[in-house]
Amino acid sequence: MFIPLVRGAVFAASLALIAPLAHAEGGRTTDAPLLPKYQQECSACHIAYPPGMLPAESWKRLVNGLPQHFGTDASLDAQSVQQLSVWLAANAGTARRAGDAPPQDRITRSVWFVREHEEVPSSAWNLPAVKSPANCAACHTRANQGDFNEHRVRIPH
Amino acid sequence: MNRQSRLRPAPHWQIALAALACVMPLTPARAASPAELATAYAAQSGASPRPASGQQFFTSNHGRAWSCASCHGEVPTQAGRHAATGKPIGALAPAFNPERFSDAEKAEKWFRRNCSDVIGRECTAAEKADVIAWLMTLKP
Repeated sequence: MFIPLVRGAVFAASLALIAPLAHAEGGRTTDAPLLPKYQQECSACHIAYPPGMLPAESWKRLVNGLPQHFGTDASLDAQSVQQLSVWLAANAGTARRAGDAPPQDRITRSVWFVREHEEVPSSAWNLPAVKSPANCAACHTRANQGDFNEHRVRIPH
Repeated sequence: MNRQSRLRPAPHWQIALAALACVMPLTPARAASPAELATAYAAQSGASPRPASGQQFFTSNHGRAWSCASCHGEVPTQAGRHAATGKPIGALAPAFNPERFSDAEKAEKWFRRNCSDVIGRECTAAEKADVIAWLMTLKP
């Protein structure tokens, strides 16, 4: 009667060990459920990027510089900025996962992003259906649901 | 032994109301309609809206990189695309997208941002009225 219990415990423990690895494959940044305010305010022009994709210092600069957001005015009222600042700081990528602040705080210039997309031909970025590496959903068919798994990538042509 | 007075639980309806009040947004949307907004902007400007001017304003580059049409399309009766990111943008003409111009604060927010991008300054009340009036003329 005791041995099945031990077997069960060992089985459960081993599942617990491999689960983070299974989740990490292509899903490094999709842990935090998105703050509704973030989803609402930050997905009008691009997908609401998972906050784990950037370190906290990048998010801080971005959320405080919205009137000059990569060439456009993305300004918000002060209360919204405050709310987003708090949430982004709490859910930003750790140094191990997101790395250092990328140049210009651009996700697409992060070391990890460049490495993950090494195999993508540079011509793909210029396809009319893609336009820019920032347009995740062009190829990551479930990016809107926070799913960047490489098995669900479809590069248009 | 005396019966001690006790706090009684609040009636269910009071609890429900308190819970509802807690989740109400701090800055609730101001419900509006395209006609109301156009009228309000026109009143601010002191002039009647001019749809033809609105169309011209909407499709002009104003000597800069973008026009409103760059993202919304020349005749915004179908989805547009963000000129930089490629993200689809819902149709702007209210007859083709009922949520357009139904929230005064949302309209103000996007006028603030997009006028800054397109013409490099805030749009005047007259310009806003003209644009909404023109968009309202676009029917299926």
